[in-house]
Amino acid sequence: MPDGLFIFFAALTLGAASLLVLSRNAVTSAMGMILTLVGVAADFFLLDAYFLGVLQVLVYAGAVMVLFLFIIMLLSDSGESSTAYPWKQATLGLAIFFFLAAGVFWLFLWSGALPHTAAGATPPELSANPGEFTTSAKSFGRLLYTKYLLPLQISGFLLLVALVGVVSLSKEPKNEVP
Amino acid sequence: MENTTLAHHLLLAGLLFVIGLTGVLVRRNLLVIYMCLELMLTAATLALVAFSRFNQTMDGAVFVFFIITVAAAEVAVGLALIVALFRQQKTVQSNELNTLCD
Repeated sequence: MPDGLFIFFAALTLGAASLLVLSRNAVTSAMGMILTLVGVAADFFLLDAYFLGVLQVLVYAGAVMVLFLFIIMLLSDSGESSTAYPWKQATLGLAIFFFLAAGVFWLFLWSGALPHTAAGATPPELSANPGEFTTSAKSFGRLLYTKYLLPLQISGFLLLVALVGVVSLSKEPKNEVP
Repeated sequence: MENTTLAHHLLLAGLLFVIGLTGVLVRRNLLVIYMCLELMLTAATLALVAFSRFNQTMDGAVFVFFIITVAAAEVAVGLALIVALFRQQKTVQSNELNTLCD
């Protein structure tokens, strides 16, 4: 049986994710997404990945979701709520969900494919071995600038490409399409 | 955290992924579909962190770092594409985007 905090945050995460999918208002969906991301960040904290939890809240729940909300307000297209309720689609979606969820439950609880090991003691803040799991943000820097130096450079280049791409995409087109 | 096993975290990640996949399949608002895609990415990062923690290695957590970077870039480009699409078609409902069908 998992401990209480995990159950609480797992329930919060799953409930907010359901709100994201089920709500017909795009702004409510975005709020559900923010709550889901905060719940996942709390789960990162429970897994002793403190740096990633903070990063998740800062980058995802902060920057990315503000961008989403901004675009939702900008487009303000609430056409989906004005049409009739899509019963056929909703039934199909529920069937798909229960089929997939049953598969997930079977895989993780009854198939016996995964060992039910406990996490063990909380690791030290910074260990001598650079590859070992630690809670300190320093160990990220160590790995990023030694073992993962090339991926780090590539992701920096990717951010630059995305920057240029977004600027060229959002420029006003010269000749309007009739 | 003594009683929470790897299977519990993976179960949560799997259910989050399934919810996101269902949303991508059934929703029609492009922005909500996009948020559901992000939800699937987040579920994958949760599984990576869980494996990293229970394996006592740092590599999974570093992968999550890269995933967050790529997801941020992807969101920026995707939203710019959606805005450009809205400018042309005046809608973000995927069932009304049928220009190639007619």
